[in-house]
Amino acid sequence: MSNLFALLAGLLFGLGLDLGGMTKPAIVLGFLDVAGAWNPQLLFVMAGAVLTTAGGYVLVLRRSHPLLDGNFRLPTTRNIDMPLVVGASLFGIGWGLIGYCPGPALASLAAASPKTFLFVATMMLGWWLGERLTRRCA
Amino acid sequence: MNVFAISALGGVLIGLSSVLLMAMLGRVAGISGIAGGLVSTRASGDRAWRVAFVVGLILAPLLLLALRGDNGVASPDAGLLKLAIAGLLVGVGTRIGGGCTSGHGVCGIARLSPRSFVATTIFIAFGIGVVFAVRHLGWGGQ
Repeated sequence: MSNLFALLAGLLFGLGLDLGGMTKPAIVLGFLDVAGAWNPQLLFVMAGAVLTTAGGYVLVLRRSHPLLDGNFRLPTTRNIDMPLVVGASLFGIGWGLIGYCPGPALASLAAASPKTFLFVATMMLGWWLGERLTRRCA
Repeated sequence: MNVFAISALGGVLIGLSSVLLMAMLGRVAGISGIAGGLVSTRASGDRAWRVAFVVGLILAPLLLLALRGDNGVASPDAGLLKLAIAGLLVGVGTRIGGGCTSGHGVCGIARLSPRSFVATTIFIAFGIGVVFAVRHLGWGGQ
């Protein structure tokens, strides 16, 4: 049952990415190109997403636990530390180079482009590497 | 409907997805965390839901292709080296930083997490910086 809802959530997410234009790197880069022909589309996507999630979370997190699990798994780290800053910086650079972040990149695998495969492959390598790095320095 | 309204609607769908995932599974809809967990070396009994979520993500453009004849996906305009490096940076960065545009930018900010506000500000700033450098300063030989 959990897996079915996870699938549904992924599907909804992917549809949202499409409507938001996020599976088109040019639109994302257009949002980041503040000095050029700026495209504010992503701003509206973020606003819609954050507001909906904020409202939904308020309602959902009132419960003692999720419907299909014993616990809510919310991040417990609170402090703003070096890994957060360094990580966000590296991610931002990678994002600005192509216009892909994890969600759109994975969804775009549906188009079976070798370029997307390459990006996703190195992204997965990066996840693996990142985990090794954080474990070593922990 | 104009493009901004449609974009906002897309955001609402992303939000609904996040709320659904939290309501049902109690998980943050942070793609780097969900999918990153699949390549984690830690023994994990919770791979199935992650696979299901990613399958759903990939199914979306296929569904759109069936419904309207267009999967909505555009190929990135970059060479192989740039793609590989960007992928690596996104992977390492989101792992070390603990999130991405969905995890920090949507879910974290929705929870008013100071960490997420900081992370989101930083990655947007660097994204803007890179695009500026490439498009307006001629870095990377563009």
